[in-house]
Amino acid sequence: MKSLESWGRYPQVEQRTQALTWRSDALPQVSGSVLPHGLGRSYGDSCLNGGGTLLLTSGLDKLIAFDAATGVVRCEAGVTLDTLLRLAAPRGWFLPVTPGTKYVTVGGAIANDVHGKNHHRGGTFGRYVRRFELVRSDGSRRVCAPDENPDWYGATIGGLGLTGLVTWAEVQLKPISNPYVLQETVPFGNLDEFLVVARESEADHEFTMAWVDCLARGKKVGRGLLYRGNFAPPQFDGLPLAKSHLSHGIGLAVPMDMPAFCLNRLSVSAFNWLYFHRQNGKPKQRLTHYDPFFYPLDAIYAWNRIYGSRGFLQFQCVVPYSTARDALKDILERSSRGGLPSFLSVLKTFGDLPSPGWMSFPRQGVTLAMDFANRGEKTYRLVEELDRVTREAGGAVYPAKDARMSPESFAEYFPRRAEFAGYIDPAFSSSFWRRMNPVAMPFSLESERASGAPHPKSLLALR
Amino acid sequence: MKKVLVLGATSAIAQATVRLLAARGASLYLVGRNAENLDAVAKDAATRGAAKVESKAVDLNDFAVHEALVDGAFQALGGLDGVVLAHGVLGDQAEAQRSWTATEAVLRTNFLSAASLLTVLANRFEAQKAGTLVVISSVAGDRGRQSNYVYGTSKGALTVFLQGLRNRLAKSNVAVVTVKPGFVDTPMTAHLPKNKLFASPEKVARGLLSAADARKNEVYVPGIWALIMLIIKSIPESVFKKLKL
Repeated sequence: MKSLESWGRYPQVEQRTQALTWRSDALPQVSGSVLPHGLGRSYGDSCLNGGGTLLLTSGLDKLIAFDAATGVVRCEAGVTLDTLLRLAAPRGWFLPVTPGTKYVTVGGAIANDVHGKNHHRGGTFGRYVRRFELVRSDGSRRVCAPDENPDWYGATIGGLGLTGLVTWAEVQLKPISNPYVLQETVPFGNLDEFLVVARESEADHEFTMAWVDCLARGKKVGRGLLYRGNFAPPQFDGLPLAKSHLSHGIGLAVPMDMPAFCLNRLSVSAFNWLYFHRQNGKPKQRLTHYDPFFYPLDAIYAWNRIYGSRGFLQFQCVVPYSTARDALKDILERSSRGGLPSFLSVLKTFGDLPSPGWMSFPRQGVTLAMDFANRGEKTYRLVEELDRVTREAGGAVYPAKDARMSPESFAEYFPRRAEFAGYIDPAFSSSFWRRMNPVAMPFSLESERASGAPHPKSLLALR
Repeated sequence: MKKVLVLGATSAIAQATVRLLAARGASLYLVGRNAENLDAVAKDAATRGAAKVESKAVDLNDFAVHEALVDGAFQALGGLDGVVLAHGVLGDQAEAQRSWTATEAVLRTNFLSAASLLTVLANRFEAQKAGTLVVISSVAGDRGRQSNYVYGTSKGALTVFLQGLRNRLAKSNVAVVTVKPGFVDTPMTAHLPKNKLFASPEKVARGLLSAADARKNEVYVPGIWALIMLIIKSIPESVFKKLKL
């Protein structure tokens, strides 16, 4: 058995695997539940199926059609965004939405309805999925689109791979006239300044995101650097049009699990200080190829190994503007106080463009992503606290990055989960889904009703 | 190789090779058994930049169609300058020991059908005095071992057949390239436990194409197998017969 882990390497579970090869094949017959698994870039347990079987989709990697005139690409679900870029970028097309790594599959991008630096302009990946085929364990095959099986379409986008296997999908790419991004970096001194700079930047920039110094305290809480940019115009500054696919990473790799002592408060502190002061406090403009602009961490193969064999926990929340300032301050202070440094923390504003996905995570407000080396109970408690703060602020936590949110929080974050549960394939499940929907004995349900205790929300989704 | 006939195009190594050829803008004539899967490979190749892709679903164990198949490929692409012969089965050694039918099936697919196709193709290439015949054999054909000697025999026979063909066609400017992969991580070996010696189909495909470009004779891919097989071949038979290999 291959040992497969999620990107955060926590939790660790035992599961079987079954590789898929042909899109026209029937689903393999196995005992227990199955879950499609692409490149395993989800951080927590949403891409794991402890005790069950993972259907490995990386063999479903064939392209089906690409129309260079309209930018519509049709491919199998295991095709990576990297492959799509290599195909499309030299012909003047780009991903309509891309997460911070190109090493995810199209199926994974649909299942998690991923977002990127252009959420305020473009919304989520799901908005550009024109249609896809969904194969269920009963042998049925459905083409799903906004106007064809729209309920299955809505349930599957952001549906965490639970509604069945997506075999192929059709995605609308967007035109670019240059593979370079004109990028500007603007420092900000605290959270209030971030909110001002971010809103201001949204008007003129397609891409925005900010790195935040999560160790700064007091008045400096939330200081950081905001990156904003647009694809450069054609022939900008005499540069050639998109012909070549340059700079595929810098070929660095983390060759082994780093020992835990490499990553401590001092080293993270030093990194953050250097990062911030590299800027001299002034906005800077430069021309960057899209590869380092969108995928800086892809240049370091297996960067998750810097956290050692115990892995790390990622936390990403979104909170509405009304509570953003206080909630984010609270979250940043708690993680700074906890003595558990986050190596890389990212702030970004989400716009109000709706996603077709019922279970989609992004919603209007401010999102914060942090990662914490796994130091056991201490880390779990911190992440659980952050989940609670998010819930109280009326926000939501991203399932693709989660390992610790409570079923009660999940129920609040995703109000359509009960409707969604009706579309889950009976043969499909995941470690995440079972954690969010702990199976309770019928008699305990009865006793809770008798005692007048509130009906636990997680049971609503019990199947 | 600009106009290439790929036999067994839905096999993992052939698929990976097809992608590399497509990216070079080659014209391809793909042959496989399963029409649906073959179509998936053809569309993939066309989308990845192949100048032209035609495909034909046939069972290559039906030798009667070979002549017409080759004719069809020549016509569809306006000539051929390359062939990648990749079809084959691993078979089940235990089953083959029990049943001649099972043994014959392995020999038929891996050796006889290949020899039949190569007979037709060699004559065409010899006549046009150009072309490259790339054939996937196996390290298993280098020495008979109890664990898979039926498969090994089929590949060993193929290797010898190719040696003769190479000798014959050398004066006609036709390259005959024997590719001997070691363990490859493909559906053919999905049931086997994997170790460090397993190579990806992509790696084998790159080795295959660079051997074809250089018009090499026999290559092991990955190269480490040349050393491994040198050692295995050098063990005296009196010792070898007592080993559990």
